[in-house]
Amino acid sequence: MASDKDMKLIEDGTRLDGRDFDELRDISIKAGVLKRADGSAYLEWGKNKIMAAVYGPREMHPRHAQETTKAVVRARYNMAAFSVPDRKRPGPDRRSIEISKLVSEALEKVVFTEKYPRSVIDVFVEVLQASAGTRCGGLTAASVALADAGIPMSDLVASCASGKIEGQVVLDLGKNEDNYGQADVPVGYIPRTGEICLLQMDGNLTEEEYEEAMDMTIDACKEIYEIQKEALKEKYSTELEEANLDEVIKEA
Amino acid sequence: MSENETKRELLLPGDKIEEEGLKPGKGTFKKDGNIYAAKLGVKTVRKGYVNVAAQSGRYEPSEGDRVIGTVTDIDSSYWTVDVNAPSPAILHVNDVPWRVDYGDTASYINVGDALLVKITDVDEQNKMQITIDDEGLRKLDVGQIIEIPPSQVPRVIGRGGSMISMLKKYTGCKIFVGQNGRIWIDGELEGQSIAVKAIKMIEENAQALGLTEAIEGFLKEKTGKDFDE
Repeated sequence: MASDKDMKLIEDGTRLDGRDFDELRDISIKAGVLKRADGSAYLEWGKNKIMAAVYGPREMHPRHAQETTKAVVRARYNMAAFSVPDRKRPGPDRRSIEISKLVSEALEKVVFTEKYPRSVIDVFVEVLQASAGTRCGGLTAASVALADAGIPMSDLVASCASGKIEGQVVLDLGKNEDNYGQADVPVGYIPRTGEICLLQMDGNLTEEEYEEAMDMTIDACKEIYEIQKEALKEKYSTELEEANLDEVIKEA
Repeated sequence: MSENETKRELLLPGDKIEEEGLKPGKGTFKKDGNIYAAKLGVKTVRKGYVNVAAQSGRYEPSEGDRVIGTVTDIDSSYWTVDVNAPSPAILHVNDVPWRVDYGDTASYINVGDALLVKITDVDEQNKMQITIDDEGLRKLDVGQIIEIPPSQVPRVIGRGGSMISMLKKYTGCKIFVGQNGRIWIDGELEGQSIAVKAIKMIEENAQALGLTEAIEGFLKEKTGKDFDE
């Protein structure tokens, strides 16, 4: 955030990638992509590619980490070595430990953890390709994976960021906008109740700018929420449809 | 489990359920006077309760379920049994049909043994008590065990046990379907392999209409038997 004017981010009133100020990048989500996990989701968000997998509820190990009255939601955010232009040194670092913590806490808000005392619900978020906004993408994918795993929860979590570039408040920062912009505000939103379960701010915004950014983000989260629901419906509605059994029998 | 055969409405976590005068049942929660789905599943109405029948997810133990477990640990007076639930179950020496002396547990049941057990109690800590001292319960010494998602157990059993009795009839195998999604199969090897294939088919097409007829066709073809005539 230090270098403000290294790069021109807005030209003739449009952004570098031609988006409007309140326009999201393209998002697509697919639920249930991994057979071995209890639940999973794959998300593409602009150039981000993120895989999320859920295991559990299962017995918590190590046992001293068990909670006697509720389950622990244990998320692990990890970036693949090949997810960024310069190879990322594998393993947890300051940043990924932070994101793991905040994804865990955001998801814990919606999961009925009290139903599974002494257990753990493991959530793995693997970033295969990163291009700004992976924590939001990871949280969005993880909540679809949780629903796919049949975990009881009060709602899905939709997440999106907004920020400021060249003094203008914009939605869903791209890579260069994130690197050379002035502020970045990721938000996790629970659409049913309108609660916020993740809020961070990198950089500075005035009060008015913050209000504008929040309004924009919440509208975007509602849009993302619909994409999440669509992804789940797509998987399970086709299962509910009449399958062509003759073909199946021939294959067997 | 599968009334509402015609109307299957898919609900997602947080979806509001528009039902007048019904009580929130399994897989739902109540907030501010409204009922919402807590899980991804299909809405069913039964005895004044709305339930959401889960379409995925792990086994949730409940009292009275008959399940298949494997022994993971032995102590002087109890065995620890994995029944595919969030936490392991305890099989105490009082709940076996033999008189087991203190510290002599290993000579009756050992680590790795498969057991057909009944869940007698689930407490609020999700700790389970199980018994093997009841009719039909025993140690499983022969046969094989396969696993399916617990949400599809009702499909393998079929309405009123129609599917499972058909499988037994055609393959000539002994089959037991545990509520936790583990299925024990024993019999002639050929029959076993047909039964496994048929169960895999049910698993992959669990929601298809006319599944029972299709499976019967498959069984007729593979076994060369026909009970219709």
